[in-house]
This record gives sequence, structure tokens and C-alpha cells, in this order.
Amino acid sequence: MSDSAAPAPDPNASSPDRPTLAAIFRAFIGVSLSGFGGALPWARRMIVDKRQWMTAEEFNEAFSLSQFLPGPNTVNFAVVFGTRFGGAAGAALALVGLLGPPVIIVTTLAVLYGRYGDLETLNRILAGIAAAAAGMLIAIAAKMVAPLLRKGLHWAPAIALVAFVCVALLQYPLPLVFLALAPFSIAFAWFRG
Amino acid sequence: MTQSPLPALAGYFGALSLFAVGGANAAIPEMHRVAVDVMGWMTDSQFADMFAIAQLSPGPNVIIVTLIGYHVAGFAGAGVATGAMIAPSCLVAYFATRTWDRFRHARWRIAVQAGLVPVSLGLISASAFVLARAADNTIYAGLITAATAAVAFATRINPLWLFAAGGILGLSGWL
Repeated sequence: MSDSAAPAPDPNASSPDRPTLAAIFRAFIGVSLSGFGGALPWARRMIVDKRQWMTAEEFNEAFSLSQFLPGPNTVNFAVVFGTRFGGAAGAALALVGLLGPPVIIVTTLAVLYGRYGDLETLNRILAGIAAAAAGMLIAIAAKMVAPLLRKGLHWAPAIALVAFVCVALLQYPLPLVFLALAPFSIAFAWFRG
Repeated sequence: MTQSPLPALAGYFGALSLFAVGGANAAIPEMHRVAVDVMGWMTDSQFADMFAIAQLSPGPNVIIVTLIGYHVAGFAGAGVATGAMIAPSCLVAYFATRTWDRFRHARWRIAVQAGLVPVSLGLISASAFVLARAADNTIYAGLITAATAAVAFATRINPLWLFAAGGILGLSGWL
């Protein structure tokens, strides 16, 4: 590719100091280790409040892009941020910084689980934590869905309901459900707003 | 097992990477469907354990795929599953970042974004449902789930406290 490492020029760029590749790497290591239960709040604190690499508006823009794209949001954000400030190398370093430490930690836990997962005590503790973790996800989903339900009779809650029924109750494959539903949903958004 | 599970890991997670709209949490039901129902790699409660371990670990939630991969095929499985889940969507993100500014105000982009929101909300709700069904094998586990959901919905308490409470209740032998 000819347009190799040049980051997209941003006319509104306000921050005088752009992060170096090493700074990008270090920053995302920090995000990965502090980001418990979703790393994005930590990323925002570091990028906007502490280092001022992005304005709040630029951060929201990058965040909404990483939500819009398929795949894990935090991982997408690392790629978006890294690409913008350091091209392909920046994206790769942000990614390794974000995923390196957790992958090492979680692999260690996986080895321990493989060895001791049958222990009665560990089983009971994990069963309790798993029940709590499921409740946590219910709360997260409820918080996200609440604004949708306030729309009342509207296409958006209907689409969400169909997606829920197909995946949770009928247990259809996700790619199938997505490919069937997304065109309708996008068409509604286009024509009804 | 006579056949290596690595191609299946790569295929499932590689495809899932591109359909996980709404992040790793939206992809939980599909991971569960494949790992428990289709491939029989693990039991319901092992899957719930892995979600719990992923939640206890720092970093993005997507690392549950590392745990699943390790469970299926050791270190190679962990590497293949993680790489397959990350690589396709990262390539998309890389190229999208370079063209995003051009389409920022395009009507089709706004419609696509608005249209995907309800789909991903439905998927995340399905994740909560699937996980609760996998984790709640007893009435007491169901009560822990309900209590955690209520507290986490109403307050901004650090989830670590709720997980600790769940772990202690589990240890006490209630479940």
C-alpha cells in the first residue's frame, strides 16, 4: 500500500503532542490492566482527561465508529485509535498492548481451571460468581434496552425482540439471524428514521 | 478425538468476529450454541464458569474466547481461537478508520448505524438470558442472579463486590 503509515489528517486536531508508537503501546497496556468490566471508561480517562490526545468529541467519534464496526468494541477502539495516530504499526501496537497482558493472565487461569476445575470448593465458588456474572449482564442489558422500550410502538423494539427470540429461545445461529434481520432494520432506519 | 478441533475453532470464531455487532457480549449465545450444543466441547456450567473467569480477569470481555480455545485444544487452541476472533474485525476496523471521515455524514452510514442498534440490543439481551440459563442450576443460584441484577441496575457499585458476594455464597454451600 502506498498510503502506508500516514494517519488520517484531522482538521480539528487540538492536541499539540501526538502520541509516539511507544506511548500508544504503553497506554493500551495500562488500559488493559486497569479495565475491569469493560475497558472503555479507562481508555477515555487516559486519552481525554490525562494525556489529552483527543478532545471529548474526537473520542466520542472514535468510540461510535468502534461500536458501529463488527467485533469486540474495545479491540476495535484500540485499532481505530492506533491507526489514526500511528498507522498500521500503531494499530498493531495498541492491539498487542490491549490484549497481551489479559491473554497471559487468562491463559494462566485456564491452566489452573483445567487442573483444579473439578475441585468441589472451586466449583462452588465459581458457580456463585457465574450466577452473579449472569445477573450483571442482565443489568447491563436492561440499562441499554430501557431507552428503546420508551419508544413504545416502534420498529426498533420490535427488531430487538425478534433478535432476542431467534437467538435466545429458538437458538438460531447468530450469522443467520443477523443477515436476515439487519437489512430490515437498516431499511426501517432509512425510511422511518 | 481423531480430528483436530483447530480448524473448527478458527472457522467458528473467524465468522463470529464479523457478526458480533454490539461487542463480545452480543456474541455469547453463539459461542454457547457452538461450544455446548453443536460441538459438545463443554457443559453448560463449564461455559458459565468461563464467562465468570473472563469477567474476573482484567481487559476486554472478548478474552472468554481464549478460555474456550484453551479448554478445547490447549495453548494452540487458545491462540487460534483468540486470533480468529480478533483478526477479521481488526482488519475491517483498520480500513474503516481510513475511510470513515468521508462517510461520517452520509445518509446510508447513519441509517446502517441506527439500524444495527436494535439488533445488537436484542443480541445482548439474549446473552443475558443464555448465561442465566447456563449458570442458574438451582433456585439459590437464580436468586443470586436476580439480586445481582437488581443491585447492579439500581446502583453504580463496583461489580467486583457483587462477584465476591456470589463467590462467598457459593462457597458456603448454598447452591
